[in-house]
Amino acid sequence: MSEVNQGMDVGYVAKLACIDLTDKEKELFQGQLDQVLHYVEQLNELDVADVEPTAHAIPVYNILRKDEVGMSLDHAAVMNNAPSSIDGQIRVPKIIDQ
Amino acid sequence: MAELHKLTIAELSELMAAGKCTSVDIVTDVLASIDATEGKVGAYLTIDREGALAQAKASDEARAAGSTLPMLGVPIAIKDLLNVKGQPCTCSSKILEGYIAPYDATVISKLREAGAVLLGRVNMDEFAMGSSTENAALGQTSNPWNLEHVPGGSSGGSAACVAADEAIASLGSDTGGSIRQPAAFCGCVGVKPTYGRVSRYGLTAFASSLDQIGPITKTVKDSAILLEAICGLDKNDSSSIDAEVPAFGKNLSDDTSLAGMKLGLPKEYFVDGMDPDVEKAVRDAVEHCKSLGAEIVDVTLPNAKYAIAVYYIIATAEASANLARFDGIRYGMRLDGRDPAELYGKTRAAGFGPEVKRRIILGTYVLSSGYYDAYYKKAQKVRTLIRNDFTEAFKQCDAILAPVTPTPAYKRGEKADDPLKMYLDDILTTPVNLAGNCALSVPCGFSATGMPIGLQIIGDDFQEETILKVGHAYEQTTEWHTRKPEIV
Amino acid sequence: MKYEATIGLETHIMQKTNSKMFCSCKYEYGAAPNTHVCPTCLGYPGALPVMNEKAIELICKAGLLLGCEINPNSKWDRKNYFYPDMAKNYQITQADQPICLGGEVTVEVEGEVKTFTLERIHQEENAAKNTHAAGASLVDYNRAGTALMEIVSNPCMHSAADALAYMTAVKQIMRYGGISDCDQEKGQMRSDVNVSVRPVGQKELGSKVEIKNMNSFAFIQDAIEYEINRQISVLESGGTVDQETRGYNPDRGETFIQRTKEDAHDYRYFPEPDLMPVKVSAEQVEQWRSELPELPSQRRARYISDLELPEYDAGILTADKDVSDWFDEAMKYTKNAKAVSNFIMGEMMRLISEQDIEISESKVTPEKLAEIIALIDSKTISTSAGKQIFEMIFIDGGEPKKIIEEKGMAQVSDDSALEGWADEAIANNPKSVDEYKSGKLGAINFLMGQVMKASKGKANPGAVMQMLKSKLDG
Repeated sequence: MSEVNQGMDVGYVAKLACIDLTDKEKELFQGQLDQVLHYVEQLNELDVADVEPTAHAIPVYNILRKDEVGMSLDHAAVMNNAPSSIDGQIRVPKIIDQ
Repeated sequence: MAELHKLTIAELSELMAAGKCTSVDIVTDVLASIDATEGKVGAYLTIDREGALAQAKASDEARAAGSTLPMLGVPIAIKDLLNVKGQPCTCSSKILEGYIAPYDATVISKLREAGAVLLGRVNMDEFAMGSSTENAALGQTSNPWNLEHVPGGSSGGSAACVAADEAIASLGSDTGGSIRQPAAFCGCVGVKPTYGRVSRYGLTAFASSLDQIGPITKTVKDSAILLEAICGLDKNDSSSIDAEVPAFGKNLSDDTSLAGMKLGLPKEYFVDGMDPDVEKAVRDAVEHCKSLGAEIVDVTLPNAKYAIAVYYIIATAEASANLARFDGIRYGMRLDGRDPAELYGKTRAAGFGPEVKRRIILGTYVLSSGYYDAYYKKAQKVRTLIRNDFTEAFKQCDAILAPVTPTPAYKRGEKADDPLKMYLDDILTTPVNLAGNCALSVPCGFSATGMPIGLQIIGDDFQEETILKVGHAYEQTTEWHTRKPEIV
Repeated sequence: MKYEATIGLETHIMQKTNSKMFCSCKYEYGAAPNTHVCPTCLGYPGALPVMNEKAIELICKAGLLLGCEINPNSKWDRKNYFYPDMAKNYQITQADQPICLGGEVTVEVEGEVKTFTLERIHQEENAAKNTHAAGASLVDYNRAGTALMEIVSNPCMHSAADALAYMTAVKQIMRYGGISDCDQEKGQMRSDVNVSVRPVGQKELGSKVEIKNMNSFAFIQDAIEYEINRQISVLESGGTVDQETRGYNPDRGETFIQRTKEDAHDYRYFPEPDLMPVKVSAEQVEQWRSELPELPSQRRARYISDLELPEYDAGILTADKDVSDWFDEAMKYTKNAKAVSNFIMGEMMRLISEQDIEISESKVTPEKLAEIIALIDSKTISTSAGKQIFEMIFIDGGEPKKIIEEKGMAQVSDDSALEGWADEAIANNPKSVDEYKSGKLGAINFLMGQVMKASKGKANPGAVMQMLKSKLDG
């Protein structure tokens, strides 16, 4: 980890996470998160090359549902939750391109 | 009838069954208790007075018609991250302002089926991120035992309302200790069930592979009753497990002997910097269990010390994706922008509190290109080691005894500026979430300053019955759980 | 310098399921916006995904039809990116353990048989639909979360023609297999195309340009051709091709830059904790394999070898599954494959295209066509009468035998009736009679024509010929 951790670029990561940070927040988080990243470097003490990763503590398999149509939500409830809507659709600022 | 709010689910059910009180009496009394102390405690975000009384009335009618549902007429408080149809579900965050849940979480449906009365929604750390309920955007909750102290977290409201007799019991959620730690801080009983025992459907996700819903109650018996009501396979949750649900409540016997039972004591759990009062209380509790007939064996959980590092990688990574949906598009707060990216950036900046932002950024970072193997994948591998430790330990014992927290509840603001210090307090609770097994917190003493201390009883996968049995035996032969904070 | 293009396709196909991939909302094209939505496909707090069993079956069957290996252990991942059409701001997909591995598609391109190999097929969920209004965009989540599989080819194609043949074959196979209708207008089949160009002889591939999200085969062809030419001219003028994502503007017939390599997304893939892995047993694979329908290539071979149809007919009949199914149905009622084929390729194709309907909507059912053919074969009616009857039924419906009766269309083979017409033709055309007798045997056809004319087409041509010959030769 030490070989990859050249310190986090909080500004870049916040952009990936779509959160506008103030300069003050950036500075604060930078210090705090560098500390946390330094702390987690203790995992480097362990040789885990031959260990299988655990994604689910208690894995089960093939949890499937039948292809049957069930109830959808009441359209009005969906629209009432939306901060902005037009003609039964949810309005967002113009999407230029991906 | 006075003082109904001070009683337990088991006691109230008996009274109602005997016709000595009604659910309306109980709810009325609990509402009066809320009126008396809530100004000091601040456990609730919303109290559904009319709804609760209407449900109480309906449950009294059902009882008159012969219903004997296990939770019939018992008022329960709900952690604010569980969806209840027609109610807000803010997760103590500004970003969910205006959101009205259009569906019931599975545990809510199960509570309704069991006849419970939904009393209101209680405070928590925003999106369950925190250990003190100080990261709450919509209100401040105090520890009923000392109003200057934190109630713990993230289920701080759930524990505080039960400790203050403002609810008979409550539901919390535990991702890294968020039921056990506030239960310990507030002198309540709390259970983190085995992962997959209780459906997560309708629980606003913090870290999907760790989250479990569980009870916070006044006694072990009540935890058993409430747990039984919410357990079971749910087709809406792919991680829900088809395991038999024992009659946890009925199966708890009055026999307090622990003869024939082996209880493990992990040396790693008595960490450096542990409060001496906590250590003494827990060691005394171990001796007490021995006196009840249990054999105490030394066990080792050598990788538990890595739990915080592993937990804060896995939990924040999952959270960074789970909280991406809070974007101001389909529900909740929106700050408009010229394009979607600007809308997202502004909305999420204004909607999330600092701890949530910090964790999302950490989680985003550990998953980002070039870092995945070094952080996330490595953490998942160490998670395997932590789980293996428990598997080995449970070959030697039926349950493990340990402290819940290194210290009792501390003063508000004491750790608020040092996230890492706050994270390190989760060292004794996070291993169980990573391993997936179950654990219970039961009161085992008080600090010199009068703050409650909890004993953690850890069980193997699906061994809730075992930890409830040990907890019940301990509780029935001690008096810690009978003490009430002064404000009550 | 000569250049060579290399092309790979990522083809997204919506599977034919009743409900969505991870929730039970209905998929229905054209439904009122945001009416088939639920907490799960809207990304509401607390909602969870549960896999659709049918979608798993369909993707595995698609894999078997394309010669993939079915992965015994596959799992789910989250692909993180913010976009208004993605309710959770992550897409559930399969990154490193897809459910179908490998595979291939064999096609004929301009007379040459080529095999294009696949890397994988993985399951994912579809995005919502954005439309653009004045000053804003609107989102309809009805399509969000529907079952979408992605067929990823290797970079093994070298021309727009290769890509077209590949996509046409994939579409045909998916339709045959009942995996998807692949209706491009409904967005059920869309492709991203990767194009690179390198000097012939160079080992490593050139920089890859991705052209995103196209549904029309014609546009895809045009975009590939444009892009190959663009990249070659960049290289020829001494420039370098940048790795980037481009869009295609069909109005201008050009690709345009959408995203540079520097702006590339960091998708932060990680295992989806809300879904459990999928295990597929060998028994399950064999069960699905036994349920697979006959593929177009297999049908074509059967038509040629078992039914002795010409290759041309077999090709036309199998090009569309509905047509081929109709043909097979008709063959349950007759043994005359060539006659059925002739009717389908002739009258049927003409009439369904004139009326703009599907073959399944034809009032001439497979059983009725078989009846018409039987009447021709038994010489009850002539072939031309048969065609007329086909068209009448196609337009107005009805029963072949009834029409023959009502319209008096039965063939006349009766000697006494034929004799009158034959004698009349011989008497009225002495010149043709003389020519025939002097050895110009072809002259008999004129006489034959006269008899047919007199009979208004009802005379049995075989019987007429026999009668004329016996009269003239005798």
